[in-house]
Amino acid sequence: MALGSTLRDLFRDYRFVVAFIVLLFLVALAVISAFSPYDPTIWYYAPRDLKPSSQHILGTDSRGQDIFWQAAFAIRNSLIISIVAGLFSRLIAVAVGLVAGYQGGRTDRVLMFITDGFLVIPLFLILVMLAMLIRDKMNVFTTGLLLAVFGWAWDARVLRSQVLSLREREFTKTAILSGTPTLELVFKEYMPYITPLAFSTLINNMSWAIGMEMTLSIIGLTNMDIPTLGTNLKWALNYQAILMRRWNWILTPVVLSVLLFIALYWLSVSISEYLDPRTRVQRVGGE
Amino acid sequence: MFWRDYLIPRLLQYFLVIFLGITIVFFIPRLAPTNPVERTIAEVRSRGQYLDPAHIKDMVDALTEMYGLSGSWWEQYKDFWVRLSRGDFGVSFFQFPTPVIELIKRALPWTVGLLFTTTVLSWLFGNIVGGMAGYAHSRGWSKLLDFLAMFVRPIPYYVVALGLLILFGYVYRLFPIGGGATIGVRPSWTLAYIKDVLRHAFLPALSMVLLGGASWFQTSKLIVQNVKAEDFVQYAQLGGIRESRIMFRYIIRNAMLPQVTNLALSLGQILSGALITEIVFSYPGLGHLLYSAITTGDYNLIMGIISLSIVAITTLVLIVDLLYPLFDPRIRYK
Repeated sequence: MALGSTLRDLFRDYRFVVAFIVLLFLVALAVISAFSPYDPTIWYYAPRDLKPSSQHILGTDSRGQDIFWQAAFAIRNSLIISIVAGLFSRLIAVAVGLVAGYQGGRTDRVLMFITDGFLVIPLFLILVMLAMLIRDKMNVFTTGLLLAVFGWAWDARVLRSQVLSLREREFTKTAILSGTPTLELVFKEYMPYITPLAFSTLINNMSWAIGMEMTLSIIGLTNMDIPTLGTNLKWALNYQAILMRRWNWILTPVVLSVLLFIALYWLSVSISEYLDPRTRVQRVGGE
Repeated sequence: MFWRDYLIPRLLQYFLVIFLGITIVFFIPRLAPTNPVERTIAEVRSRGQYLDPAHIKDMVDALTEMYGLSGSWWEQYKDFWVRLSRGDFGVSFFQFPTPVIELIKRALPWTVGLLFTTTVLSWLFGNIVGGMAGYAHSRGWSKLLDFLAMFVRPIPYYVVALGLLILFGYVYRLFPIGGGATIGVRPSWTLAYIKDVLRHAFLPALSMVLLGGASWFQTSKLIVQNVKAEDFVQYAQLGGIRESRIMFRYIIRNAMLPQVTNLALSLGQILSGALITEIVFSYPGLGHLLYSAITTGDYNLIMGIISLSIVAITTLVLIVDLLYPLFDPRIRYK
């Protein structure tokens, strides 16, 4: 299946198109943050509480910072956190899913036992404890890693069930009987099936990580000097932006994050429907 | 067979999850690079209170004792379990000398009320509407609901709650912006007070029902669409059974079964969501208490709330799991 035709099929779904355009816009915003005239950690470089104007497109906040450029940095950092969290938790999820699914038996039971434990415990609360103790030392990368440690359980289950079904297929038996080493079987034969699934769970996981970072920021458990969607919102709340009806300030991170969440979700729904051949036939007519 | 295959593994998991969860709660503060005692003193100082150097030593000793940090780790660990089994989490530091358990007892009814109502409402609502939408999946209203759910589903609890708060609390002042009841009104079983409590609970509950409902709706719709394609449905249709009876008794009932398991698995997340929602609306439950504990660095209170939540949630999951055979005749009769 060529990449070109895959993309063409995906672009027939309006959700994919909308999500793609919104994400493109947000990524562009993140990229131009590199050309910001201001340093996001410095306060009072501009007059405080300005209304939107040609000089400050979205106005300025009570910390004397330009809301537009602050938002650009926030999108960039939130995206980096989510990518770090997503990629590292994929490593754990794929490893656990592959080993549990392929080995079966006692290994499977033990691994799924741990996975279920992670699903059942209110992880948010454990994250709260951890974040509380190390918040001053956190940067974008470590925040992502911290989230990765907690965000793999559900997807490990999803991947495991995929491996379970692969193991029952004919080609697995052929490969084993013809003496293919386990590692080669797993990496050469299974990976093409696992990779798309891991990718579609990656998007969901990124969305989860961004949301969790926002939540931790709101309760004051992240490093407030790093602009993220969460800390932007937290600063606005700290300065009573709702009470003062400073909508340009409070709504900027809210609207941007809502756009980001919806775009990521639609992208993942669209891709996973494409990956599921039954729904694909309905949509693109079985090419 | 029921005992060995169903009950024993679940009980084993129950105790192990609690054991591991509490152990993590115990060890995190002790493995962390900062000592809670030093941190508390630093926080008191940063608030501008003057501390006499001679008193600092006393304070360190008192805090070490209060946090259960005296003795070796093993002694502390054993002590922690003993205290936990008695429901003794020590005293709250920032609302000294109120015991932690007292504060939790005051907050608990609010959280349980909110959590129970919204979970039941969103589960039933999402499953029934989702089931009907799945049955009539080619109809316009079904597609419209599906489309709306696509907008609500990915938004985290916090943002939905904040959006509702801004819209209905500040822009249109239809509902109170925070608290569990009007301040200064004495709790009583009068109609006026109950109305007041419901008015305060409305927005927090709405945000949780919207989010939860959208997610149950989507899964239920998908499951029903699959069940509808099965042979027994076609057989029932050919047999001339009324459409509504097929939908509710044959399809939705079958589709709800996996949703019971899903409910058990997602209870932890729902609790986290409830705590976050409470923070947005300053609802006087555990979430709000946790928030004030975090902002004041009240370790005993934090550990108390988290330990209790872990025990409560795993117990609930166990109960839902054990009730499952009641809903599923296939397991019951085996």
